[in-house]
Amino acid sequence: MKDNILIIGGGAAGMEAAAQLHQMGLNPIIVEKSEALGGHVAQWDRLFPAFHPAKDVVDAMLDKVKGIKTYLNTEVVDIQRIENGFHAVLSNNETLDAKAVVLATGFDIFKAERKQEYGYGIYNNVMTSVELEKFFRTGKDERINNPKRIGFVHCVGARDVKVCNTYCSKVCCTTALKQACEIKEVFPDAEVYTFYMDLRMFGLGYEDLYLKSQKDFDVKCIRGRVCEVSEDREGKLVIKAEDTLFGKPLKMTLDVLVLMCSMEKNKSIDAIQQKLGVANNSDGFMQNKDMYLGMNDTVQDGVFVAGACTAPKSLPDTIGEARSVAAQVYNYINKE
Amino acid sequence: MIIEGKQKIWSDYQKDIPDDHYFYVRSCIRQAFWPGSEVTFLDITRNKLGKDFYENPYHTTCGGIAYHSDTIPQETAMTIIARQFALMHESGYENYVCSCITSFGCYTETLETWHEYPELEAKIRQYLWDSCKKEFAKPKYLAHASDLIYKFRFDIAKQMKFPLVNVKTGKPLKVVEHIGCHYSKMFPSKGFGGAEYPHVLVGMIEAWGGEVVDYPERRHCCGFGFRQYFVQANRGYSESNTHKKFESMEPYEPDLIITNCPGCPYFLDRWQYVIAEQTGKTYGKNGYGIPALTYEEVAGLVMGYDPWDLGLQMHQVAIEPLLEKMGIPYDPKKKYQGINGKDLGQPMCPSCIKSV
Repeated sequence: MKDNILIIGGGAAGMEAAAQLHQMGLNPIIVEKSEALGGHVAQWDRLFPAFHPAKDVVDAMLDKVKGIKTYLNTEVVDIQRIENGFHAVLSNNETLDAKAVVLATGFDIFKAERKQEYGYGIYNNVMTSVELEKFFRTGKDERINNPKRIGFVHCVGARDVKVCNTYCSKVCCTTALKQACEIKEVFPDAEVYTFYMDLRMFGLGYEDLYLKSQKDFDVKCIRGRVCEVSEDREGKLVIKAEDTLFGKPLKMTLDVLVLMCSMEKNKSIDAIQQKLGVANNSDGFMQNKDMYLGMNDTVQDGVFVAGACTAPKSLPDTIGEARSVAAQVYNYINKE
Repeated sequence: MIIEGKQKIWSDYQKDIPDDHYFYVRSCIRQAFWPGSEVTFLDITRNKLGKDFYENPYHTTCGGIAYHSDTIPQETAMTIIARQFALMHESGYENYVCSCITSFGCYTETLETWHEYPELEAKIRQYLWDSCKKEFAKPKYLAHASDLIYKFRFDIAKQMKFPLVNVKTGKPLKVVEHIGCHYSKMFPSKGFGGAEYPHVLVGMIEAWGGEVVDYPERRHCCGFGFRQYFVQANRGYSESNTHKKFESMEPYEPDLIITNCPGCPYFLDRWQYVIAEQTGKTYGKNGYGIPALTYEEVAGLVMGYDPWDLGLQMHQVAIEPLLEKMGIPYDPKKKYQGINGKDLGQPMCPSCIKSV
């Protein structure tokens, strides 16, 4: 009989890890709390930096996990270490035993209403990057009504001592410029502004996207943070910011403001994580054993981590980690 | 505007303060600016609502103006504050309420700083003993006086004679609320409603029948800003801030501005006169300005206090149009009469903003 590997989370990391372990001859079992596999990527329209359809990537990943035992709408509600592995209780009252556990629980989106000064949930035309992506996917959002001027705010809930998130969320800069280009594709006459602290275009093709956004789409990047959003009598948004390159305060009227919300630790796994004895790191994500040579390991024997549960990560980074965790688990199972 | 979003924030930022037995400290400048406000607060709380609010004649300024103008160090301001708290303790009280927003900010900052840096608290304890021979104590509860009027707003509404309603049209008066910067911008959790959408004055306006105006420059400073005004060369900044606010609120045609800070009503009131003299522009209707009142003055008006007993003749902007909108009777002849009919003298008539 093949060895069971419990994979908690059916997003990009969980699916790819399961696919790899399956190919290696092990028996991965995915437990996903939502009604479908795919995680956050499945909610996305196109991916940076090449505007690749997210659906193509998700479909390819789904194809690879065909035949793998998967529980949807299911959570692990209890887990105990037993001799030679783990015993898990699921929310559907089923139980399963596994030789190893992979935590691939991903991230939550920062709740934009916590940054009260941006007026999300107060002013109608303030929206999040996730909601804008849904607009790109469905073409529907009553807040987007032939806008003439659109603003993007970077680092919402990231690099921000006020909300106790001092880390960089890594993907928001590139996502903002991708979405800025896309909104210009839909509304070519609109003016698009992004308000950033630093543009962290670190990956392959990211800097090209930054240049493309300005050369081909006339996106205007303003180095400065938005400090306040309010609404005028016509329902338009009035924002205040500082243009730090000019050294001047700035006030602007916008039709839509998009908040680039950061990643936060997925807290729905906290109870199980605690039972497994895996701590959090200083950013509140899961602590791996070593940031260089043990990024998929935890201090607990047989418990592994992959993807954005340990820190904000891009999709390529997540898939890379999922493949490496599969190798780690395989070696762990076959260590004797 | 999504009102449910604001309501969620208002419910998140509520604070637990007692409704009775307070040691009350006055502002060092409000009695000169708005002499009826503090006495009205004490009359409402003590005599209309039957609460225990005690004043000690030996209390002083909190030192806030000097502190925020960088003329005294923080340790000096903290020692002054420690003396105020010691007076509260000596008087047998543990709930402290102050009239001034800057004082409230200073007290809050001091208590938080002592909490974070106990060694500094120990130093101030010693300074207090060395300088005053007083026993160090901290209040159990700290409140701003507007917190108490907010807490009692529905009790006041029960005794209300003149709601914030235009008697000619039957429509709610449109009211701008202006919160003093030091109320909750530094410590959002210490103010009712937090820092971005405070509820402390909104709650009063709604309880008393008015309609709140939310305009783009709502959060902007009144123009006082301490050094903006105290440094004479900076006063153009002060006026330009006030001007920015009035330009922003003008399209909403507000009937009234209500404030909870000593300086805000002063600058929102007096700069209207200066702007009118400089530009010929007034922001009220028919050549009048927009009255900028304290929350105690508004509470007094709705409860039926005589406008001149409230000291409303001390405002540069004429109050009479507001009184007529609210249907409040007043005797024009008594506007500049003090107690026992003493003639206080009339101000010189400005040329561009109507004063009566």
